[in-house]
Amino acid sequence: MSEVAEKKFAAYICTGCGIGDRLDTGELEQTASRDGRMNVVKMHEMLCNKEGVQMIRDDIANDGVTHAVIVGCSRRAKVEAFDITDIAMTRCNIREAVIWARPDTDENKKTTQEMANDYIRMSCGEIKQMNKPSPSGQQGRNPNVLVVGGGVTGMTAALEAAEAGYTVHLVEKTGALGGHVAQLHKRVPFKAAPVGTPNSPDANLPMPEDTGIADMISAVEGNDNIKVYLNSTITKTSGAPGRFSVDISTESGDTTTENIGSIVQATGFKLYDPENLPEFNYAGSPDIITNLEMEALANAAGDGPIKRPSDGKEVTSVLFVQDAGQNSSDEDRLPYDSGIGDLVSIKQALYFKHHNGDGCDTTICYNNLRTPGAPGEDFYRSGQKNGVIFTKSDVKEVTPGDSLTVKMHDKILDEDAEVKVDLVVLDLGMVPNSGPDPYAANEALEGMSDEERAEELEAQEAHAADENSIKVESILNLDYRQGTDLPHLKHGFTDSHFICFPYETRRTGIYAAGPVRRPMDIRQAMDDATGAAMKAIQEIENAAQGRAAHPRVGDLSYPSFRKEGCTQCKRCTVECPFGAIDEDEERYPQYNESRCRRCGTCMGACPVRVISFENYSVNTVGAQIKECDIPEEWDEKPRILVLACENDAYPALDQAAISGVEISPWARVVPVRCLGSTSLSWVTDALNNGYDGIIMMGCKRGDDYQCHFVRGSAMANERMAKVGDTLESLNLEPERVVVEEVAITDIDRAPQLIQDMADTIEKIGLSPFKF
Amino acid sequence: MSEMNKAMIEQYRNSFLSEVEANVEEGEWVKMCMQCGVCSGSCPLGKHWAHPPQEIFMMIRAGKRDEVLTSDSMWMCTSCYNCIVRCPRQLPITHIMHGLATYAKKLGLTPKNQPTAKFAEIFWNNMMKKGRVNELKLGLSLYFKDGFGPGIKEALRNKDLGMKMMKAKRMAASEFFGGHGVKDVSGLQKMIKKAQELEDARMKKFD
Amino acid sequence: MAKREYSYYPGCSSQKGASSSNLMKSVDTMCQELDIQLNEIPDWNCCSASIGYASGSELPRLTLSARNIALSEEHNKNQEIVATCAACWLATKEAAERLKEDESMFAEANTALAEAGLKLQNTTPIKHMAEVIIEDIGLDEIKAGVKKPLEGIKIAGYVGCQTNRPFGIAGESFENPMYLDHLVDSLGADSIPTYEKKVQCCGGALAFSEPEKSQEMIKGIIEAAYDNEADMIATPCPLCQANVEIYQDQINEKYNTKFNIPVVYYSQLISVAYGRSASDAALDGQLIKAKKLEDIAGK
Repeated sequence: MSEVAEKKFAAYICTGCGIGDRLDTGELEQTASRDGRMNVVKMHEMLCNKEGVQMIRDDIANDGVTHAVIVGCSRRAKVEAFDITDIAMTRCNIREAVIWARPDTDENKKTTQEMANDYIRMSCGEIKQMNKPSPSGQQGRNPNVLVVGGGVTGMTAALEAAEAGYTVHLVEKTGALGGHVAQLHKRVPFKAAPVGTPNSPDANLPMPEDTGIADMISAVEGNDNIKVYLNSTITKTSGAPGRFSVDISTESGDTTTENIGSIVQATGFKLYDPENLPEFNYAGSPDIITNLEMEALANAAGDGPIKRPSDGKEVTSVLFVQDAGQNSSDEDRLPYDSGIGDLVSIKQALYFKHHNGDGCDTTICYNNLRTPGAPGEDFYRSGQKNGVIFTKSDVKEVTPGDSLTVKMHDKILDEDAEVKVDLVVLDLGMVPNSGPDPYAANEALEGMSDEERAEELEAQEAHAADENSIKVESILNLDYRQGTDLPHLKHGFTDSHFICFPYETRRTGIYAAGPVRRPMDIRQAMDDATGAAMKAIQEIENAAQGRAAHPRVGDLSYPSFRKEGCTQCKRCTVECPFGAIDEDEERYPQYNESRCRRCGTCMGACPVRVISFENYSVNTVGAQIKECDIPEEWDEKPRILVLACENDAYPALDQAAISGVEISPWARVVPVRCLGSTSLSWVTDALNNGYDGIIMMGCKRGDDYQCHFVRGSAMANERMAKVGDTLESLNLEPERVVVEEVAITDIDRAPQLIQDMADTIEKIGLSPFKF
Repeated sequence: MSEMNKAMIEQYRNSFLSEVEANVEEGEWVKMCMQCGVCSGSCPLGKHWAHPPQEIFMMIRAGKRDEVLTSDSMWMCTSCYNCIVRCPRQLPITHIMHGLATYAKKLGLTPKNQPTAKFAEIFWNNMMKKGRVNELKLGLSLYFKDGFGPGIKEALRNKDLGMKMMKAKRMAASEFFGGHGVKDVSGLQKMIKKAQELEDARMKKFD
Repeated sequence: MAKREYSYYPGCSSQKGASSSNLMKSVDTMCQELDIQLNEIPDWNCCSASIGYASGSELPRLTLSARNIALSEEHNKNQEIVATCAACWLATKEAAERLKEDESMFAEANTALAEAGLKLQNTTPIKHMAEVIIEDIGLDEIKAGVKKPLEGIKIAGYVGCQTNRPFGIAGESFENPMYLDHLVDSLGADSIPTYEKKVQCCGGALAFSEPEKSQEMIKGIIEAAYDNEADMIATPCPLCQANVEIYQDQINEKYNTKFNIPVVYYSQLISVAYGRSASDAALDGQLIKAKKLEDIAGK
């Protein structure tokens, strides 16, 4: 009782933005105090102004208010004004969700008021289940950044973090810094021609330039904030952001353990193996070379002409085969395109124009010429200007001989041609240096029958047990419940949310940068490294304060579980999209606050509902569902519960209202952190309470997912497959519950989905569960 | 070396491109084409070109000298300048086509009886006589370009048109005898002869 | 209104008894009304149009235009050159620009000009008469002088190619220039801003050498004017005017159409709207009579 006595609940109702004109504010006030049982209810004509916010602050300071409901605009509006973290607080949306979503006519007045009253009741119910969130204090500030990989990406990340005052441990597997770039003769230019450079064939256009790698290596070596570990690998990584413990081991087996705040993985790429492309006869002649070997050839030329490897003859003609083994639907070839190979070949063709003279014929056989980046188009023109011949053609075959014979099909002239040249350069694709995908084994099983599944599992086990089988080496050796390395997104690249969160991975505090994330060139890799370094720094500071990383940046709440209720079923440790939950010796879940993104997928997974956040739980949402008034059946006013993802669906509905799109008066929208946090019990409770329909709005799932928590939306969909049983047991029509993918741009569609449900209810009738 | 081997070696080399750069009006632009095909799609007579401009540019790069220079294609240019204003690389395509036509004519590679090539020649000669075009004679020479018989037929076909033009005072029979012209015809002719000499001296020899 | 003075390059077809003598006459009338004095370049020569290239290669063609500019610079000092023919304007302006860009070509052109005792400075702006109307005078002033608005005439403004590309009127788009429509409106007639063939090629010189291919395009130009319920087509270009007007009988014969639409010059529209007679506006030079214009002129 004493704890309850300390709580003081307050509701602050804003009457601005037309709320006072459209609604009976006396009734709102009465609803908050009588139905919502708030101790304090105050109104203000513009709550978000200085005076309004001060009123709330004064009540917290002087009157002991511990829980507040701010009734007015959407939680997505006026975020800074209502940035109140010292008490439990929630926002009740009667502006976007009510007055802006409904037409201002007499006939709609009643239902509009009912909506507002309901939302106030719901928020008052919610706040009673909420507590002020506070950090766990699991970790302090650790200013050490670990960078894995000493190429141009890793060195850039190291320098950026060091410049910002952080300590960097830079680990490189080989005996030298520099990576691929150190092997290059020149690099593709970084800058476009100056603005106003004419299109003319004699314009001054960018040319290949010095790689700059030597300067970068000495900058790294000369930086006191950077400690370089050569010939070293990571043999163990445990802990969480702000308190990683990392074992760095040399080839000889010496191991140092370092405490690390956050990690950048910049492990780069390797070239695709040309031996897999028999038509180009890589093995058949030393004069058929890879794009990397071409760099070595140019380096070997010194100031003289480039000579061909077989007999040292000066090269008078060279042909570049673009996209060799790339963009292919054939198994064992790359299904993607590096995207930078055309720039590289233009650069290399220009080596010949420089070293061997204008008379050296250089032909680039391209399919779709791609020259990304600011200088790309100018560099293409530079190649053209200097007489590089570009031909849109498919190279069919390269045959060795005194001079090489290239068979091709010219796609512009639509005819076959044969050309004889001294040297052929294959533009091979980039293959990421990722560690093993923790989910690869599971993904291989998807869609298989039970028999196939058993066979596949057996094969996987056999592969793992076979000492001679080739296994992908782990890079990070994470001591995590969900595998040793960063999960892959596509084609083995380590990436996370490709649209919203570049550099992010599915392991908080570990950031991927450079070609391990997606194919890219030097300039892009350096930008990427800078971005990743900034994320790594941000995470160090967030972890120090117990604050969440994106997308709930600054959130201090974190999940905890009631041990006495836990059945050790491991659903939470398996389903967490971020591998944040380990298992302790007793096989109970072990939360790592700073690895967690606060999506609540664990909460949705828990069959015994023991997982909760201070300010978000089965009960906070359950109370909102319960507190909504369900009209009697003869009122013929259905109620539709909308569980809307706060990242996409909820803002889409807000935006719809702002744009004047009507939303059904029967809808009651409850924001959820992620559809993955949805508990099946909410659905059951809502149906039992007499809601006529339920719509769950989550983000796009699958390969091109848009879920901010990667797997949340997909998890929810899987779990809701079981909702049919519930409906059946209640003798309800299956169409009363739907799961929809809603994007933030669906401002017409999201309200329409609600209207569709209203139409469905009209057809099948109201729920019989109205008591 | 066999002809075939020679042909193979000449393909996708700079040789013909270099020739075009040296000897064709605005030829140095050809290498800057990025093969987007907007020119071909913009040409009002596009469907009548055996090889639209995009293809001509590729053929030059592929070393197809004879095919390009004996082609009927560039004679389809109406000088509408659509390709020029739309080319994303700002190639002076109209001029390159004129230049290729001029060069082909100079080398005697123009297809026989190419009507525009013939008309263009008639026009130039007509104009050079007195420094201004004599429209009446231009029309008549055009009708009779294929000889006397077809000329009479063509003239008869256009007889009504001619009569109407005369009636509207937009064609004058008197032009047949003398007609308009500049006073300093000899100065003009000397000037053009000199210009031609200067230009010929700049031409590089290719075989 | 201040008197404007220009160095005038009429071109071959704008001579007496030539195919666009009606352009010449109506331009004279228009200039009287707009207080423009045109000083013909003495002894000007043909520009070789855009068809001379078969026999006349680059430098000879540039030199032809250089001669006209040099004559203008010698005799009509400090006067901008104005041409009324699209091809004359284009060839002259293009030559001026090319000789500005290429110094060696400029030197060679002057060497050739010396044979005729001439020297090119190449500092003279080259204008089309449409630029004088739209830019130098402006449509507000044009509108203010209208005495007989061309009420009730719907006119398809056919700009054509070379008046529009590659130079055109400043600020106008190559794909959909509007100035001719605005001029039509200023004169009290009804424009068709969406006339889809306003920059379609008529075949140009190929109307002579490739009549079938060209007439197919001309047919489209006329058809679209009819589709837009135009009473007549107006154009600034002499070759466009001739090609679109004079082949209508031949097109009717081949395609079984009944085309009979007048094709007039903007200068004729201005002349009539400014109250001048049908004869001053050279309406007697039409093969297909512009009846509605004649009616207004006769009022």
